[in-house]
Amino acid sequence: MVAAAGKEAPTGGASARWESDPILSVEHLTMRFGGLVAVGDLSFNAGRGDITALIGPNGAGKTTVFNCVTGFYKPTEGRIVMRHGPGRQAETVEEVTNSGLRWKKEGDKGIFLLERMPDHEIAHRAKVARTFQNIRLFGGMTALENLLVAQHNPLVVASGFTVGGIFGLPSYRKAEQAAIEKAVYWLERTRLIDRADDPAADLPYGAQRRLEIARAMCTDPQLLCLDEPAAGLNPRESAELNELLKFIRDEHGTSVLLIEHDMGVVMEISDHIVVLDYGVKISDGDAETVRNDPNVIAAYLGVEEEEEIDIPEVLEDVSAAAGKAGTGKGGKA
Amino acid sequence: MASTRTDAPASDGKPAAEMPAQAAQGRLAASLKDAAVAAFLAGVLGFFFIGLRTDIEPGGLEITMRWTAWVVSILIVFGGRLALNLFVFRAQRPATGIVGAGLSGMGEALPGLGKWLMRGLFVFALVLPFFFMAAFPGKDRQFIDLAILILTYVMLGWGLNIVVGLAGLLDLGYVAFYAVGAYSFALLSQYFGFGFWMALPLAGILAAFWGIILGFPVLRLRGDYLAIVTLAFGEIIRVVLLNWYEFTGGPDGISGIPRPTFFGLEFSRGDDGFAAFFGLDYSPIHRFVYLYYIILALALITNVVTIRLRKLPIGRAWEALREDEIACRSLGINTRNTKLTAFSIGAMFGGFAGSFFATRQGFISPESFTFLESAIILAIVVLGGLGSQIGVVIAAIVTIGGIEMLRNLGFLTQIFGPGFDPVQYRMLIFGLAMVFIMVWKPRGLVSTREPSAVLKEKKRIGADMVAQGEGH
Amino acid sequence: MEYFLQQLINGLTLGSIYGLIAIGYTMVYGIIGMINFAHGDIFMIGAFVSLAMFLVLTAVLGFAFLPVVLLIVVIVAMLFTSAWGWTVERIAYRPLRGSFRLAPLITAIGMSIVLQNFVQITQGARVKPLPPQIQGGITLMQGSTEAGTIVVQLSYMQIIIILTTVVLMAIFTLLIARTPLGRAQRACEQDRKMAALLGVNVDRTISLTFVMGAALAAVAGLMFLLLYGVIDFYIGFLAGIKAFTAAVLGGIGSLPGAMLGGLLIGLIEVFWSGYFTVEYKDVAAFSILAIVLIFLPSGLLGKPEVEKV
Repeated sequence: MVAAAGKEAPTGGASARWESDPILSVEHLTMRFGGLVAVGDLSFNAGRGDITALIGPNGAGKTTVFNCVTGFYKPTEGRIVMRHGPGRQAETVEEVTNSGLRWKKEGDKGIFLLERMPDHEIAHRAKVARTFQNIRLFGGMTALENLLVAQHNPLVVASGFTVGGIFGLPSYRKAEQAAIEKAVYWLERTRLIDRADDPAADLPYGAQRRLEIARAMCTDPQLLCLDEPAAGLNPRESAELNELLKFIRDEHGTSVLLIEHDMGVVMEISDHIVVLDYGVKISDGDAETVRNDPNVIAAYLGVEEEEEIDIPEVLEDVSAAAGKAGTGKGGKA
Repeated sequence: MASTRTDAPASDGKPAAEMPAQAAQGRLAASLKDAAVAAFLAGVLGFFFIGLRTDIEPGGLEITMRWTAWVVSILIVFGGRLALNLFVFRAQRPATGIVGAGLSGMGEALPGLGKWLMRGLFVFALVLPFFFMAAFPGKDRQFIDLAILILTYVMLGWGLNIVVGLAGLLDLGYVAFYAVGAYSFALLSQYFGFGFWMALPLAGILAAFWGIILGFPVLRLRGDYLAIVTLAFGEIIRVVLLNWYEFTGGPDGISGIPRPTFFGLEFSRGDDGFAAFFGLDYSPIHRFVYLYYIILALALITNVVTIRLRKLPIGRAWEALREDEIACRSLGINTRNTKLTAFSIGAMFGGFAGSFFATRQGFISPESFTFLESAIILAIVVLGGLGSQIGVVIAAIVTIGGIEMLRNLGFLTQIFGPGFDPVQYRMLIFGLAMVFIMVWKPRGLVSTREPSAVLKEKKRIGADMVAQGEGH
Repeated sequence: MEYFLQQLINGLTLGSIYGLIAIGYTMVYGIIGMINFAHGDIFMIGAFVSLAMFLVLTAVLGFAFLPVVLLIVVIVAMLFTSAWGWTVERIAYRPLRGSFRLAPLITAIGMSIVLQNFVQITQGARVKPLPPQIQGGITLMQGSTEAGTIVVQLSYMQIIIILTTVVLMAIFTLLIARTPLGRAQRACEQDRKMAALLGVNVDRTISLTFVMGAALAAVAGLMFLLLYGVIDFYIGFLAGIKAFTAAVLGGIGSLPGAMLGGLLIGLIEVFWSGYFTVEYKDVAAFSILAIVLIFLPSGLLGKPEVEKV
């Protein structure tokens, strides 16, 4: 487990960790579908060990960014850099970019150009795991099986690429036992251990969301991408989710990138927030900065950037919504 | 228009299950009306086929009327429909419901029962030839031959089950690999003098290789499109076998394929034959018994390997692929390789079965590898219940046993006169049975899935949870 | 050049027949998203009904005036074949609506086996030859080569086939674009549940789709009978697969696409036989099916499908 190395207090501005030690850099990302520009020239960083939230109104292009990062879409333009090991590793990044390779890995350090890699390689090599907005579990398989499928790649090697497994090699049996132990660990963490032998489709909605996160964590990711993890959860489940995500960040050192509409979740746990609207970044910073950004307020309320908000009730609603997490008073006074 | 006229009453009357229990009289009246509609429709449909018959005569085509047959067919439909109405559709306790409940009760008891059924079948399969020799001395050869045929289809079903049942890839061209296996052995023996045991592994490898070649282009296809392209590949291979006369003998096929030997001993009458070596009296049945044990062993190997594969990462990846391909990719599973392994391993077992078929027949031609074969194998897998090993066995016994039983309906000739040949009805009945079983039990006979890994308590998973591997 | 032109005409004629069958596939696939495997055999049924009706009219009732005979044959064939199409849907597909997807595919294959064997039993397995009924044609061109003279001929039969196809295409396009039935069909294509909620009788709409497809297949069956003069119980399988290829090539769900695809498949098959080998013409058709599905799964006139994540 990579301990949360260098957990110095993140402060806004140039010294922020997402600038000095980004695990993921999205650079000039553009994604077009036919004539529609879903994402236009988007750049942002996600810091190592941070929970980074990607927010924005519906249709802002958040899921498209996710799909580009996880390789389900090939971006029209731009570069997406995933880094293993500390620092920006700027030289290696340039070296890999110019070499035409997809990635370079030396010991614990590694540079992965995600826009060049197919989806399964991103999960397997670059260690980026994801969940889906509309849950995608293996419904007919048990919760335990779901978590074992997630450990496919190490298990394939342990089974001697299937051949050894067919002849019942003891080393595979040991590896499978270890895989089950890991699955049990995550089932306990997500309070699903009692449902381990139930088919995933049989679980209630909130449990399915947790199982999907557990499944993603079983791939030992360095970056966990969550697409609206709190959607459809009740307040108690939302609070639980917050605890789970903090646990993942603090105890496992896994960085988290999440899309979320629930501002309670976003404001409470995010170290860094990136705001998108119409495929363009309109704000970027810690919770405090974003909350006070007039662009963000305008985007969420649907008014032109220049326009002033002068209706006191609306102002109050905004600050209430933004300040739900409880830190500082929000709104544009 | 005939069709629209019958449309309204027929469709109004049918969802009878929803109707509250009415007076028996009303039920009878409604049933009669519905049966009359069905009989009318049967009359329309049968008019040009049963009522009239065209035949080639010296002066050109002749047309003959067969009014009796036509009226009889209408009456049969009327009676059948009426009975169905009274005892199934409109009955308070539908007969099919009773049978179905019995069957699914059996299915629920299956964790225990299935295991015992499997063991019972296994023990019976081990002693089957001797049982037949003792119980039916006159007909033993015929019965053992039927058992060999059924086991061949069980093996093919198990092979296809990997592709369709586990990986969820709908393959309608499976017979192509059967053909590759059969022709590999036949050609290897013809050109290089290979024996069965030497050719068997090669045939499997060649079929697996073809599985990869044919699997590669269809990786991106799903559902029905995948089905139709695999069907096309199956037909391409058959047409090539049919037309490449110099190499494959074309429609004449290849004959004189060597029989399997028992450690070099042939099953012949001579002094160096099997019987003479072991001091037995020569009997042609020895060869059948030997063939039976070969296919039994091959089928069991297929079964054991499949059961093991299910508990290996590759098997779980297949099932995950069937459930959700996109989620698989997000977990770092290389779906291309996963699909190709499913295709090639399934094809390999098809190849083994194919070379066994070649050695059993001693003669092969493209005629044995038509689309119908693929359809029968797929029907066995689906009727048995996708992914279920025991289901395939039951379905193969029912299907193949049923088709062969229909060959023995000679007594019907006495009823319908000498012009009546029951054998020609067998595929018609087979097709109808396929339709009715599917309508009755769309998920197949054994429709629950057994998890591949268990933490505390093994729970069987209902069919409604398990995906089929198409649509996303 | 002359040879090419003659092949072109032959290809268009054959393609018209494939196109008419393909419409049945494309409409059914559009509305319930499944391959109606038995549709090729419905075409075969249409050919047999046409043959029997033709013989009843000419040999039994002694009608001699060919245009009237053909008109009656085509109407009767459409009606009776429609009844077959309706029945197949009612027995094999309707009970499985909304069920597990493989089940209707299996019942469709089962129905295909049933239809083939039913016709084989009731009408015999031997081929049925019908002497050419419509003879003569227009000579378009005449050219001479070393081998002798080549005549490019457009026979009356071919003219009838192409004209009928064009007329039927126009009628059915109007039917789907303008009538309430067509609107109901398009609604069911988009979202069956919503259409039902809005009062569309989904079962009836689907039934009528099968009926329409079967009626067109019956016309194709009659044309096939007149053009080739030979039918047997097995013609449906190959013709069905080729017509399905045509439907996919044109873009499944699109009527003009089905027609275009049919013409292309007809041309490819005729040119392949004319310039390469006759034996492998089916391989050519199957290969095109595979190539189209792999590289152009949405067809020429279909809408591309975007993978939803």
